[in-house]
Amino acid sequence: MNVSDLPAPVERDANFNFAYLDERTKRMIRRAILKAVSIPGYQVPFGSREMPLPYGWGTGGIQVTASIIGPSDVLKVIDQGADDTVNAVNIRRFFQRTTAVEVTTRTTDATIIQTRHRIPETPLAAGQVLVYQVPLPEPLQKLEPREVETRSMHGLAEYGLMHVKLYEDIARFGHIATTYDYPVMVDGRYLMAPSPIPKFDNPKMHMCPALQLFGAGREKRIYAVPPWTKVESLAFDDHPFEVQRWSQPCAMCGDTGSFLDEVITDDAGGRMFVCSDTDHCLARRTADE
Amino acid sequence: MSEDTQPILRVEGIVKHYGSRVAVDGVSFELWAGEVLAIVGESGSGKTTLLNAVAARARPDGGRVSFLTRHEGVVDVHAMSEAQRRLLARTDWGYVHQDAVQGLRMNVSAGANVGERLMALGERHYGRIRNEAASWLERVEMDVTRIDDTPATFSGGMRQRLQIARNLVTRPRLVFMDEPTSGLDVSVQAKLLDLLRSLTRGLSLAAIVVTHDLAVARLLAHRMVVMKDGRVVETGLTDQVLDDPQHPYTQLLVSSVLQP
Amino acid sequence: MYVAVKGGERAILNSYALLDQARRGDPAVPELSLEQIRHQLRLSVDRVMCEGSIYDPELAALAIKQAAGDMVEAIFLLRAYRATLPRLGYSLPLETADMKLWRRVSATFKDLPGGQVLGPTYDYTQRLLDFSLAAAGEVAASPEAEVAADPGPVPRVVDLLNHEGLIETHEPSPGDPDPRDLTREPISFPADRATWMQNLARGDEGFLLAMGYSTQRGYANSHPFAGEIRYGTAELVLEPEELGFAISIGDIEVTECQMVNQFGGSKSQPPQFTRGYGLAFGASERKAMAMSLVDRALRADELGEAVNAPAQMQEFVLSHTDNLEASGFVQHLKLPHYVDFQSELELVRRMRAPKAAAPGVRGRNGEAA
Repeated sequence: MNVSDLPAPVERDANFNFAYLDERTKRMIRRAILKAVSIPGYQVPFGSREMPLPYGWGTGGIQVTASIIGPSDVLKVIDQGADDTVNAVNIRRFFQRTTAVEVTTRTTDATIIQTRHRIPETPLAAGQVLVYQVPLPEPLQKLEPREVETRSMHGLAEYGLMHVKLYEDIARFGHIATTYDYPVMVDGRYLMAPSPIPKFDNPKMHMCPALQLFGAGREKRIYAVPPWTKVESLAFDDHPFEVQRWSQPCAMCGDTGSFLDEVITDDAGGRMFVCSDTDHCLARRTADE
Repeated sequence: MSEDTQPILRVEGIVKHYGSRVAVDGVSFELWAGEVLAIVGESGSGKTTLLNAVAARARPDGGRVSFLTRHEGVVDVHAMSEAQRRLLARTDWGYVHQDAVQGLRMNVSAGANVGERLMALGERHYGRIRNEAASWLERVEMDVTRIDDTPATFSGGMRQRLQIARNLVTRPRLVFMDEPTSGLDVSVQAKLLDLLRSLTRGLSLAAIVVTHDLAVARLLAHRMVVMKDGRVVETGLTDQVLDDPQHPYTQLLVSSVLQP
Repeated sequence: MYVAVKGGERAILNSYALLDQARRGDPAVPELSLEQIRHQLRLSVDRVMCEGSIYDPELAALAIKQAAGDMVEAIFLLRAYRATLPRLGYSLPLETADMKLWRRVSATFKDLPGGQVLGPTYDYTQRLLDFSLAAAGEVAASPEAEVAADPGPVPRVVDLLNHEGLIETHEPSPGDPDPRDLTREPISFPADRATWMQNLARGDEGFLLAMGYSTQRGYANSHPFAGEIRYGTAELVLEPEELGFAISIGDIEVTECQMVNQFGGSKSQPPQFTRGYGLAFGASERKAMAMSLVDRALRADELGEAVNAPAQMQEFVLSHTDNLEASGFVQHLKLPHYVDFQSELELVRRMRAPKAAAPGVRGRNGEAA
């Protein structure tokens, strides 16, 4: 799929400032981003604004993107790995309407990729920025709901509780039962929620050449993983971190190493597996032709 | 300086107010390695307030608590950073609550309850954590097959044993206990006291036990401190104090319970 | 052909058109004007202004029209509009003692200076459907007799109690620091009272009502009395720096509630009454009363009361008042979650078939992707 295939080009709406936010707000957010980059994995509180999209639908990612995007950027927006899911379309249209920047579906062409729940299969390059939409930035929240308490746990690097959770998984199921939003240690210091990406994507965060920014609008937090930073998925020495893998290839492009979505094809239990990353899948198919 | 030449804990002039009421009024004592000290008194005498101030769970309004650490000599407990204090509290110290619910994670398994301190200290080998947890369950005379059960399914006595195991797994040198056996049936109490006695002796653990029960003091403690209205009225070797009380208040306390 | 995720953009454009039609309804029915909404649905307008946190009846009416009467959606529209508006200045504190009152009641005194003024209230209507409204009815002439002369400023009940020192006073903090602006800085816990007041003022009426209600049912009882509820107009005063003196920039309608609560006293204070405070734009009595109950409950810590009921738990209450946040996050569950769900599916299959490899999926060691 190319953007040129898309219907109705979106026109720049002159009623709004470039990228919607006013310049003071952008500056405030960029300051928070700078702080986040300086302290990898640390959640920086910021004055999150009410955006014209609902909380929980990517307002954090949108504010981060809006603060860093310039007229020469090339933007790609994905949701669940795909460029054409409704929420991705909606966010892309929002930026087209407020910036008129070039948009793309090709991972390699993009300078900024805003994502919900996936990291593209195509390895990212230096100079690219991956902006994650984050619903719940606090990795400890499910174990300890009080922010006053989790803040001091981060401050003192007291993360034993997180391992208690993993211990319980192994004791009950024989293996760690967290499959997405799998907690990571950033640069050996801060415990971080990678947002609800599948744990399949976790290894891509480690020593990534691209800048990774995380925006949580409703919870009003920004955090970051600078390029070439160690990102380690929590595990035990004798129960190492594992990623999912499928025994069959993508039914469309034949890839055996990408994250596959299960598609139900009939009401008799029929199903097929296809790449969740639509750009990756298409690129492989067109290369074959 | 070693543990032979100076006390492991030195408490000097602890004062704690609640509003205009003085809960603890200038209490001092020392504790030596491997020694068990009982603080006895009626409810309202200030003994639990004192324990919390000594164990750095609450900041006293006056006085000082010094602890002889393993590697860094004597430290002023209330002058430490929060990070240091928390580290101390989960390594070299233990705290056994009267109500086990406060000292346990009720919704995680017994194994994880015991293993938590190890994980907090960086142990990352599941098998080792589990083995260590199992061996501690054994040492507190619990059924090891219940390692994956949560404390919610345990009896009061079992919970208290689990709480003790959870504290001892890092081999602390000092354990604080707040009425560790009250609220349990008499027969359960007796067994738990036996266990505590053999553990403190076997591990040469120093302990401060707050209790209103003189029988607990007699069974566990080498020395005792008698408190009334926030002050120490008598102190001495346990047998000495109980058999030949000097202060009228102690005499009253002793005479009000049946002698063994 | 695999089409499940294709056509998102076209579908969105089509849904816009359908939404427009659905909002308008039958074109044979005359279209609502903003004036009609403003004047005939005034309580809706008030609620949308209050939780939308911008005092503009015209825009609130527009939001209600655009949202087809969905209050939370209308509040969302207004908030999104408000978010990027420049700050021209901050007003001085409202002087509610000088309000021009349309309604003023106290549950604590039978009569008091300024009197009890019922004003326009549903309180003593018999809640019987009025079928005369189904046919366009005429409005009864307004009773003019007793409200004729402007009585001048009416003292607040709490100020009357204050003469005897029976009620706590609130002196400004040393240096009278400016309250922080919640729409510019995120909340951090523990929050001070000025901050939580802002949070409650913007909070969802339904949530505050339920929380306030819970305090009356034994979850943090504070023995409340409605000391005073007043509704009317208050003057908005601004003191621009370049001018150096205060100017009035107009009136706004507000409802204020002062809840008076029992308090046993402490070591430093004799027994006296404490208060909970609520203020809302327009005629929003339910909101202002609920807010004052929650405000009082949140002061448990300050007043040395045990904190064990939900309404007393600051983080719990203040993190869940905002209906934009709540509505967005609850409804985000309808966004695609194929990827997370796929991961869970794989896990559940694996857990159900511990020995045999789960269909379609097998585990792999190591970090290589």
